[in-house]
Amino acid sequence: MTTLPQSTERKLGLVIDLDTCVGCHACVVSCKGWNTENYGAPLSDQNAYGKDPVGTFLNRVHSYEVTPDVGATQTVHFPKSCLHCEDAPCVTVCPTGASYKRVEDGIVLVNEKDCIGCGLCAWACPYGARELDAAEGVMKKCTLCVDRIYNENLPEEDREPACVRTCPANARHFGDFADPDSNVSQLVAERGGIDLMAEQGTKPVNKYLPPRPKDEAIDILAPLLAPIAEEPKGFLGWLDRTLEKL
Amino acid sequence: MHPAPSIIFFTVFSGLGFGMLSFLGLGKPDVSGFTAFVFFAIAFAMAVGGLAASSLHLGNPQRALKAFTQWRSSWLSREACLAVAALATMGLYAIGVVFFDTRIAILGLLGSSLSILTVFATSMIYAQLKTVPRWNQWTTPVLFLLYAMTGGAFFTAQMWLMPWLFPLLTVVQIVAWVLGDRRFANAGHTLETATGLGRIGKVRMFEAPHSSDNYLTKEMVHIVGRKHVSTLRIIGLLSLTFLPWFAMVFLPFGHMLALAAALLHILGALTTRWLFFAQAEHTVGLYYGQR
Repeated sequence: MTTLPQSTERKLGLVIDLDTCVGCHACVVSCKGWNTENYGAPLSDQNAYGKDPVGTFLNRVHSYEVTPDVGATQTVHFPKSCLHCEDAPCVTVCPTGASYKRVEDGIVLVNEKDCIGCGLCAWACPYGARELDAAEGVMKKCTLCVDRIYNENLPEEDREPACVRTCPANARHFGDFADPDSNVSQLVAERGGIDLMAEQGTKPVNKYLPPRPKDEAIDILAPLLAPIAEEPKGFLGWLDRTLEKL
Repeated sequence: MHPAPSIIFFTVFSGLGFGMLSFLGLGKPDVSGFTAFVFFAIAFAMAVGGLAASSLHLGNPQRALKAFTQWRSSWLSREACLAVAALATMGLYAIGVVFFDTRIAILGLLGSSLSILTVFATSMIYAQLKTVPRWNQWTTPVLFLLYAMTGGAFFTAQMWLMPWLFPLLTVVQIVAWVLGDRRFANAGHTLETATGLGRIGKVRMFEAPHSSDNYLTKEMVHIVGRKHVSTLRIIGLLSLTFLPWFAMVFLPFGHMLALAAALLHILGALTTRWLFFAQAEHTVGLYYGQR
């Protein structure tokens, strides 16, 4: 089980638009909610109301500041969850076969009944996408909401990952990267989607859309308007000049 | 990486135990009866004790038997299988030597090889991880094997080997440190590549995802205690090789001194193994603005 499939029929994954993400953390909350109440061991918290609260999350939003050589610094909100890598190093290190990548859709999952909680897969992941649950002692990771996307008990519009469904900025998109005509493939092609830490050779399925370049001249009307503040004349002009000389 | 006591104990003592077994399997020293029993008991206690310690960090140790199934792909599984095979083979061999004064050479040779392979498999658990560049280099397996060989030879009283093994271990350990210190930078992982934002400009963390630590930062972003690195490296090497060697060459070597030298060697191994983990930087640290 712990060997990776040669190829997968579909490559389900997410596109995350760093241009439109507003950093509201709604995806973090909806992910924690859905994955605590549904498939697998709940995502536990320890000392939730105490001094050092910790807990298991499958999706976390970082915020970074990017300073270009020329121009203004910008803030980029950066949601991060499992990238469902094609060459997933977390899968092959697993000693029990609990970690596996599905042939039918490429989703990387953990069979919690087989997981001994050794934590080696979390060490093997460059991105920090796996967290060992402190209450259950099993490895938790993004399932791409496998219990939503195929769930016929849900209305059709809800058959996508909870984070995608909840995002108020439409910064998250779900689809099949194996299909060049899918919404996600087209977004990646149009906006130049990128891999995280490509030099690790993990071939992530999830792609990130870089922030669009900021417009230099934001106010297009300003040059057409007459300036209000002119050189003062008369008494005020005299006062201004005199005060300057002092 | 978090230097968990269970993992440090596991790698050091299972290494020493299997190192001893690899010599005992070759009939070095050629002992039998009670003397052999003492040698085998110490070796088995360290190897088994180390393996037992490793199970302490498991979230669900009751399922540990499943770890024997994935030897085709997983170094951790291979290590488990090899360890059990080595212990079983050496157990049979030990029964022959201790109780029947019979050395089955082929069985000993097999057990000895399996013991060395077990140590190699242990080292590959760490050396395979591209996420920890300091471990992901040739020095890791060589170092683990040399630690096992040196400790094994020392504890089985193979004094003729020590003038070779002590200096060799010292040199390889220093080389591993020197190469390891540059390894992360050379691998080219930065916050810019980690976020893909490098084409825009220089990236720095503005806000962490949460106000407190989490599993990832506790397990993989251990930066405490690194400031004492040079002191610990010197203390580690002194007690690992220099002092035991000095005692061997210049002092009248008796049982009590041998015990002290052995304890010093173990202390040194524990110190350098602590550094092996505490100094290892995982790429996930980049996302948290640390290494």
